[in-house]
Amino acid sequence: MCCRLVSEVSFYGLIWRILPGPMALKLFEALILVLAVVAVLFTWVFPLIAPYMPFNENTVGQ
Amino acid sequence: MIRATRAIPQRTGIRAFAGLLGELLVTIGAVLVLFVGWQLFWTDVVADADAAQVVSTMEEDPAAPDWVQPTQARLGDAFAIVRIPRFGPKFARPLYEGTTKDVLKRGIGHYADTSMPGDIGNFGMAGHRTTYGKPFNQIERLVEGDVVLVETKDTYFVYRVTGHQIVPPTQVSVLLPVPDKPGKKATVATLTMTTCHPEFSARERYIVHADLDAMYRRANGVPADVLQVGE
Repeated sequence: MCCRLVSEVSFYGLIWRILPGPMALKLFEALILVLAVVAVLFTWVFPLIAPYMPFNENTVGQ
Repeated sequence: MIRATRAIPQRTGIRAFAGLLGELLVTIGAVLVLFVGWQLFWTDVVADADAAQVVSTMEEDPAAPDWVQPTQARLGDAFAIVRIPRFGPKFARPLYEGTTKDVLKRGIGHYADTSMPGDIGNFGMAGHRTTYGKPFNQIERLVEGDVVLVETKDTYFVYRVTGHQIVPPTQVSVLLPVPDKPGKKATVATLTMTTCHPEFSARERYIVHADLDAMYRRANGVPADVLQVGE
């Protein structure tokens, strides 16, 4: 009882239960999801925040 | 009994909250680690591949329309290949017009308001010390007499290092026609390279100065001893 309650409010647990198919397929789907998130971060999110990092300044100027 | 029935939902509430908070923190931690990996390794992979491709295109066909004469270079145009034997025999990076962040992501940038290679005055260029292919990562190894070879569409310009200094980021006088001498008129061709210092910091800038030593027609090639690294 306690564990079902806890897992019901788990974000990753929710995704895991939504994923269809047997265990092996679920693992494969989870891997695809992780790779998709990494791709989005690498392609759009990180390039957007990188200019605010302190080690990317190389020029002299006012 | 009453106490117990009250306590149970309360505890599960806290547990659920702690569980969600834990998931959130683990996610943030993983994203931060990914960001560091992206910044320190992936930007190098992307920029190195891009720079190698641009340089090989320029080498294969000097007449290529995308290799412009310095005088015709507009923001973002590649107009030279920079070779620094001290950084390794294979070190070759494209030199682009301008020093905006987008330009420096791809290679070395030419300060638009400074002289062009070979011209009397100070030719200024900036490059990354870390990340994005880090062309100037080994700048501290440069010593007096080291060659900085700038290869434009028709000419090799051989600059030799005269010295370095570490300055605050606001010290734009290093780029004056005669570095650090406001109002003085230039009589020789010099080169000034800027990058960040210390590594991974924006606190200061590492500056290397060089003088033009020789020029060769690109068609005739460059003497082998120019590319040799001194002790």
